[in-house]
Amino acid sequence: MASQKNKHKIFFLSLSRYYGFYTGGFIGFVILLAIAEQMGMPNAWIGYIFMAATFGLYAGIGVMSRTADISEYYVAGRRVPAVFNGMATGADWLSAASFIGMAGTLYLSGYDGLAFIMGWTGGFVLVALFIAPYLRKFGQFTIPDFLGARYGGNVVRTVGVFAAILASFTYVVAQIYGVGLISSRFLAIDFTTGIFVGIAGILVCSMLGGMKAITWTQVAQYVILIIAYLVPVVMLSQRITDVPIPQLMSGQVLQKVTEREKDIFNDPQQLKAREMFRHKADETDARIKGLPGSLTTERHNAERGLAHMKAASAPDASAIRDAEQTLQNLPRNEIEARETWGRETEKLRASAKAPHPHAEPFPGENEKERDTARLNFMALAACLMIGTAALPHILMRYYTTPSVKEARQSVFWSLFFIFLLYFSAPALAILVKFEIYTKLIGSSIADLPAWVAAWGKIGLVKIDDINQDGILQLAELTLNPDVILLATPEIAGLPYVVSGLVAAGGLAAALSTADALLLTIANALSHDVYYKMIDPYASTPRRMIISKILLLLVALIAAYFASLKPDHILSMVAWAFSIAASAFFPALVLGIFWKRANKWGAVAGMAVGLGLCLFYLVSVKFYGMAPWFGIKDIAAGAFGVPAGMLTLVVVSLLTPSPDTAAQNLVEHCRYPHLKADADGRSA
Amino acid sequence: MPLSKTHQEYWNKNLRMTAALLLIWFLATFPVIWFVRDLNTLSFLGFPLGFYMAAQGSLIIYVVVVWFYARYMHKLDKKYGVAEE
Repeated sequence: MASQKNKHKIFFLSLSRYYGFYTGGFIGFVILLAIAEQMGMPNAWIGYIFMAATFGLYAGIGVMSRTADISEYYVAGRRVPAVFNGMATGADWLSAASFIGMAGTLYLSGYDGLAFIMGWTGGFVLVALFIAPYLRKFGQFTIPDFLGARYGGNVVRTVGVFAAILASFTYVVAQIYGVGLISSRFLAIDFTTGIFVGIAGILVCSMLGGMKAITWTQVAQYVILIIAYLVPVVMLSQRITDVPIPQLMSGQVLQKVTEREKDIFNDPQQLKAREMFRHKADETDARIKGLPGSLTTERHNAERGLAHMKAASAPDASAIRDAEQTLQNLPRNEIEARETWGRETEKLRASAKAPHPHAEPFPGENEKERDTARLNFMALAACLMIGTAALPHILMRYYTTPSVKEARQSVFWSLFFIFLLYFSAPALAILVKFEIYTKLIGSSIADLPAWVAAWGKIGLVKIDDINQDGILQLAELTLNPDVILLATPEIAGLPYVVSGLVAAGGLAAALSTADALLLTIANALSHDVYYKMIDPYASTPRRMIISKILLLLVALIAAYFASLKPDHILSMVAWAFSIAASAFFPALVLGIFWKRANKWGAVAGMAVGLGLCLFYLVSVKFYGMAPWFGIKDIAAGAFGVPAGMLTLVVVSLLTPSPDTAAQNLVEHCRYPHLKADADGRSA
Repeated sequence: MPLSKTHQEYWNKNLRMTAALLLIWFLATFPVIWFVRDLNTLSFLGFPLGFYMAAQGSLIIYVVVVWFYARYMHKLDKKYGVAEE
């Protein structure tokens, strides 16, 4: 026993030393690149070097951690110390959406965006109190494993596998999409190639070494992503407030933003611009109503205009080219017209809408709208929290610590490392807003900073001087949320090496999450379906081969979906939380805290929770069902979780108590060490 | 499986602490959202208080709650002889 403890300690110390050197090395590498940039190295090279170095690093760790041992492949040998498991969970958790999208969401929605910040941190309280220590004591490999053992039989396991795959798959497609986006932007390759480069990076790691390789890569990825997030924010804070602590200083900056909002919201030119956008939106609406006749008129007018230009005595070549372009871009038929013009009105209406102050909670036209916004905020925060405590790829990580004690500590470290980023994101949003409101809005459009044009080229920043006064008003500026973080280095006037760093950070965030999700799906299929249900006598090498083949297949299918660039991908990610919450949370928590919960209760509860959640999501999103109590589809778990919980309780009480084995398992999970365990049965 | 009285006591203590921390989690989340407008009349570090809580304050409470639970349970494990090793 004592030597076991000693071994853990030595392992921990050597890990700390490795990662300490590694972090120092990474910082040194960035500094060297910065010096090279000053000496005139071109930007494109910096991008290539960053990508090559980080990919090489991840592949290197993957190769070094290759394994043929089942326990190492599924749960990293259960010897990941709490702090390192915390970092790995942090990387696992922080996805492309958190890293790139979060600051932008906060920029655009102000207070209301903070539902994500609260939800994605508060959920770890539930993980710590209800799940992690008990799951660790149970000590198997997957989440369906627990459900199968606790409730008995393959039905529960099957429902579990289905929900795990459903929740993880959309999520992984979004990550791969993010990888494609970043690598195509910084390596100047096309999107699909970018996706396959990313997939290669993911597979080299997870196929060789499963959970073990993923864990040690994720620790390395966490270091990169947190440095990449904090460096630009800290430097921006230094520039604006002369103090490099953004979290502390952003309150004062927020006051200045609020002050400035009064001026720019009520600027007469801003009001005029909004009015003009509204007018244009009405026109487009009228055109949609006038279909199909209006399309013919449009085409006719365009053709006549073009003919006029060509017939002129001195034809203007560029005007003719523009007119030809316009004609070509006209929708080809009625359905297409409805779609394109519909999107156009939506955008115009968004520009025409009254902006709301950053700090104002639940903005709305009237009391009822404000109340609905408040209800949605609470429902969303609740769904994200409960979903956090139910997402298989996160919970799986708590199987990998050496003990129950370390599992508990490791939840603390996970939350701490995640907190570092989430607690900086609102500050970043405020600082960037201050820069944009003071430096951009009200300036002459002719001399805006260079980054506006640079990001405008790829469509993330749009400027439309609708009132033609040559000055930028707030309504005339459209920002894609992703640009807020990606452009921060340029907004803060930092060298290009910081932009490369941010791209490497975003890539680390996307890759690490994708790794874990793919492994979760492949494990659900190979371990739960193949090994536990189809062939329980399969040999170890056979299980490994099956697992790796499935991993490859799932990765390719996910890459294929990502390459289609699905429209709804971002909202689908948020669905994963509601799906996981509705399917897993009641069965997991009651499985540990209520001995009377039985198989039929669990099956019914999971089916009803998941079914209701899916029904609500799909009906509201795609079939125009009126939302219940005004709750948006993103918070469907607000109905699924209580329904699942209630069903589980009622059905359990109506059917016989679970057998002694199940009750013993509950006892076993509740105590970190029971003498009876050691003497008698093993879990 | 026979459980001794001390085992029961351990579990009850765990349940009580879990409930108490869950209550703190709840208070740091939902009332803070519901009453945000009222909280915003106060200010902290230059932020309106309600905004501050959602951006940083509640997060800090969550971190402390999880830290405290790990510490408390470790001590409890040892006291009741159910700690590993």
